[in-house]
Amino acid sequence: MGVKGVNQGHGAVVPPTEQKLSDEMDVTKKKYLRGGEANLEVLKDKKLKGQLAVREALHLKTAQAAANAEKYLLPSEEGYLEPEGLEKTWRIKQDSIAPAVDILSARNQYDIVVPDLGPYRLDFTPSGRYMMVGGHKGHLAIVDMKQMSLIKEFQVRETVRDVVFLHDETMFAAAQKKYPYIYNRDGTELHCLKEHGAALRLRYLEQHRLLASINEYGQLHYQDVTDGRMIGSYRTGFGRTDVMQVNRHNALLALGHSGGKVTMWSPTSSSAVIEMLCHKGPISAIAFHPTNRDLMATSGKEKKVKLWDMRNLKGPLQTLPGQAETLDFSQKGLLARGTGSFLQVLRDSSGTQKYEKYMTHPLVKGYQIEKVLFRPYEDVLCIGHSMGWSSILIPGSGNPNFDTWVANPFETPKQRREREVHSLLDKLPPETIMFDPTKIGTVKPPRKEKPTKEEKEAELEAALEVAKDIVPKKKTKGRSKPSKMKKKKQEIIANAKRPFLEQQMKEDEQMARKKQKGMEQVELPTSLQRFARKKVTI
Amino acid sequence: MKVKVISRSTDEHTKERSQDLQRVFHNYDPAIRPQEKAVEYVRALNAAKLDKIFAKPFVGAMDGHIDAISCMAKNMNHLVGIFSGSMDGDIRHWDIASRRTVHQFPGHQGAVRGLAVSTDGRVLVSCGTDCSVRLWAVPISTAMELDVSSDKSVEPLETYVWKNAFRSVDHQWNFDRFATGGAGVDIWNHNRSAPEQSLEWGTDTVISVRFNPGQPDLLATSASDRSIALYDLRMGKPTAKLIMATKTNSICWNPMEPFNFTAANEDCNCYSFDSRKLNAATCVHKDHVSAVMDIDYSPTGREFVTGSYDRTVRIFQYNGGHSREIYHTKRMQRVFCVKFSCDASYVISGSDDTNLRLWKAKASEQLGVLLPREKKRHEYHEAVKNRYKHLPEVKRIVRHRHLPKPIYKATGLRRTMIEAERRREEKRKAHSAPGSITSKPLRQRRIVRVEE
Repeated sequence: MGVKGVNQGHGAVVPPTEQKLSDEMDVTKKKYLRGGEANLEVLKDKKLKGQLAVREALHLKTAQAAANAEKYLLPSEEGYLEPEGLEKTWRIKQDSIAPAVDILSARNQYDIVVPDLGPYRLDFTPSGRYMMVGGHKGHLAIVDMKQMSLIKEFQVRETVRDVVFLHDETMFAAAQKKYPYIYNRDGTELHCLKEHGAALRLRYLEQHRLLASINEYGQLHYQDVTDGRMIGSYRTGFGRTDVMQVNRHNALLALGHSGGKVTMWSPTSSSAVIEMLCHKGPISAIAFHPTNRDLMATSGKEKKVKLWDMRNLKGPLQTLPGQAETLDFSQKGLLARGTGSFLQVLRDSSGTQKYEKYMTHPLVKGYQIEKVLFRPYEDVLCIGHSMGWSSILIPGSGNPNFDTWVANPFETPKQRREREVHSLLDKLPPETIMFDPTKIGTVKPPRKEKPTKEEKEAELEAALEVAKDIVPKKKTKGRSKPSKMKKKKQEIIANAKRPFLEQQMKEDEQMARKKQKGMEQVELPTSLQRFARKKVTI
Repeated sequence: MKVKVISRSTDEHTKERSQDLQRVFHNYDPAIRPQEKAVEYVRALNAAKLDKIFAKPFVGAMDGHIDAISCMAKNMNHLVGIFSGSMDGDIRHWDIASRRTVHQFPGHQGAVRGLAVSTDGRVLVSCGTDCSVRLWAVPISTAMELDVSSDKSVEPLETYVWKNAFRSVDHQWNFDRFATGGAGVDIWNHNRSAPEQSLEWGTDTVISVRFNPGQPDLLATSASDRSIALYDLRMGKPTAKLIMATKTNSICWNPMEPFNFTAANEDCNCYSFDSRKLNAATCVHKDHVSAVMDIDYSPTGREFVTGSYDRTVRIFQYNGGHSREIYHTKRMQRVFCVKFSCDASYVISGSDDTNLRLWKAKASEQLGVLLPREKKRHEYHEAVKNRYKHLPEVKRIVRHRHLPKPIYKATGLRRTMIEAERRREEKRKAHSAPGSITSKPLRQRRIVRVEE
């Protein structure tokens, strides 16, 4: 809806720039409407229709106001890296970026070399202010990234396989040799979680306050860290795996197995919610897009990285060549892939989910990348590797505008205390973990009416079409003789028809039974009709 | 190459001095807030539970009368005062804030059956079974000066004696006429000792009288021949009469929609009517288990309060079929009169046990001056609770009210009886020729006929 001028006629043409602006606004408005406008035409209840129409109008107004706020009121702009002339972004090195940015940002590029204490694993608090670093040989440290200071550093003198922050920087969990331990910010050991066993990977579900771990026997444990209850312990049945990732949108835990399967788990079910066969070889890393609910990246040991759309599981959106020991998505959708001592960052510049090379960063040869993590709300990528940890600048990766009440990098102690209490009150029960969390509060759609004959026939035809299109694979050693191929094809078509025929048979049987019952009633003489067994009509 | 990296300066994002306000940054993007609906659901659940924890509706009781309270009157311009009349003839003016009697009028010889205050608050009209109408001057004294013991006995301004006992009185809005109901409807003026007009339709006693707030010449009355009649004073005659199956005890006009009124009926229901079209009720409000004695609308016009013979006070939505709230106490006996306070926050009930009781209209409301942040938080809780109130867990908590055992049993009994009647009706329909038996909706079923 463009702006109409005062003297323009009724069907005045809107100038193109204004049209583009209004298109953009429509897109953002749709984002804030969270799923488009409701269709009230199907309602027959006038009172309800009236009430809902009022609510819809308010929603539209709110969405418009939020879209306006996003356009005009957000304080910061995101970063960018624009090559000039024939330059390619992936040839630009970190050394050439450093002089072009301000001093404060240049301080974010560094290498911390700690050669003896093993490959380092990292974790960030959601605001990006604090970083937890855990070396394989038992070195644990909390670093304040704003002031570049070390808050606490200590040695546990045991193998540490993973570290993760709990609700904020005051507590963290470390998966040590035999059990995971929970420590305070001052290094005091608070809890020893014996039930988990020797955990390989730990993950924290923030809104549900659940600490999830996978141990060396492939057992998954969910523990509520506010009251210490074990919510669920499940045997995955797929053996040992150390690929575990959380999908922040629906809090499902994704595990990657050695058969190429990715399974997603929820604490309320003992079997996987979703099982996907993603790769031909074992899975080496999984990553979820932080803003796009459907995008997932997986990498297999057969040196392929695949991007999946979770709603349409027919095939990957894109397959990229290359190995990836570790994958991570940034807040703006950049994908970092690390293998050996080579790091690559991919980006979809056009917004069509086609990822291309954006930047690369080779580490010193001999450094083995253990974990790659984008820092929230900053254009920084932190790498944990076998000789310590490094940090590099990736322009355009972070979300420049934070919300004080969601994650605040400049949090004062008072704000932290208040937030802790408020977020405890908002703790979600584990039953809310489901594949599509937007279904909470919605109404179950009415039971579908039985499909009419035409619909059934149409379905049958469609299935037959699909079956005819399938070409069975040609086999060697005389196993694909023409007669056998023909037989195979007929078998495929018969299989496609089978469910419909079974349905038809079932219905026929029911009809026959009903008729029989009816017949029984008809057989009684008329004076006794009222004693026949009738269906109660109300 | 052109490069820019996010860099935030600490000065812009933190406060300089300790007395500065903390800077708050907003980003309304739904993408940074995962699981919004689950969070909202948990908040709705918590809001419902908090609501129940803070639900303490009873504020206090005002005792002083020595017999059952039969009627109450409130002045629309004076928030803190209320008048009550009892069955032994005592009339008192109460200060609700301190819950004490400000002024006590000697009253009538017999029971006081009706009280009404003029719109300017100066004159109180009372009528009783001793066939008299008395006008009292309302002293505009503050609560400080109350001293009931040393009060000189106040003489009524006027006493008009007439031919029959009176059942109710109501004062016209913005003018100085009032109407009494007894043998018929009599329209009086403050200065005349006999009624100006006498309106009659039929020969039965008029039980309650109510002037329309929007159209001061319009009057609604209910009589013991189960009828509700509308009168127009300009024409001097009745305009419409509606006969129902049972007697109406009280009527109240909706102050925000003055063409609608609600009648409190003897058959435990309240019926809302549009005065222009009386052949069907617009809404039937069901929930009481015994006769509804009195009804009063909130000044917002969105709710009304009813007091019933079954010892409970209920608050209904103006268009809701069932009550939103129920108040009961062991000590409160038959409720004869209720009033909604003029700021829509309190409900006052006068009952058989000689006490006036003050209740909050919203049981979990925080009284007093709220900080803007508190107000916002309350509004948010209300909104999020309303959004999820249809989900079973939230609904269970929001709907739950403790009922006294007799009421609970009586509700079950009524439900059984109504169900049985409905089933019988359906069976009759099923066993007769299709279309020969038509059932009327409840809104029309209780109306016998309408006369013009």
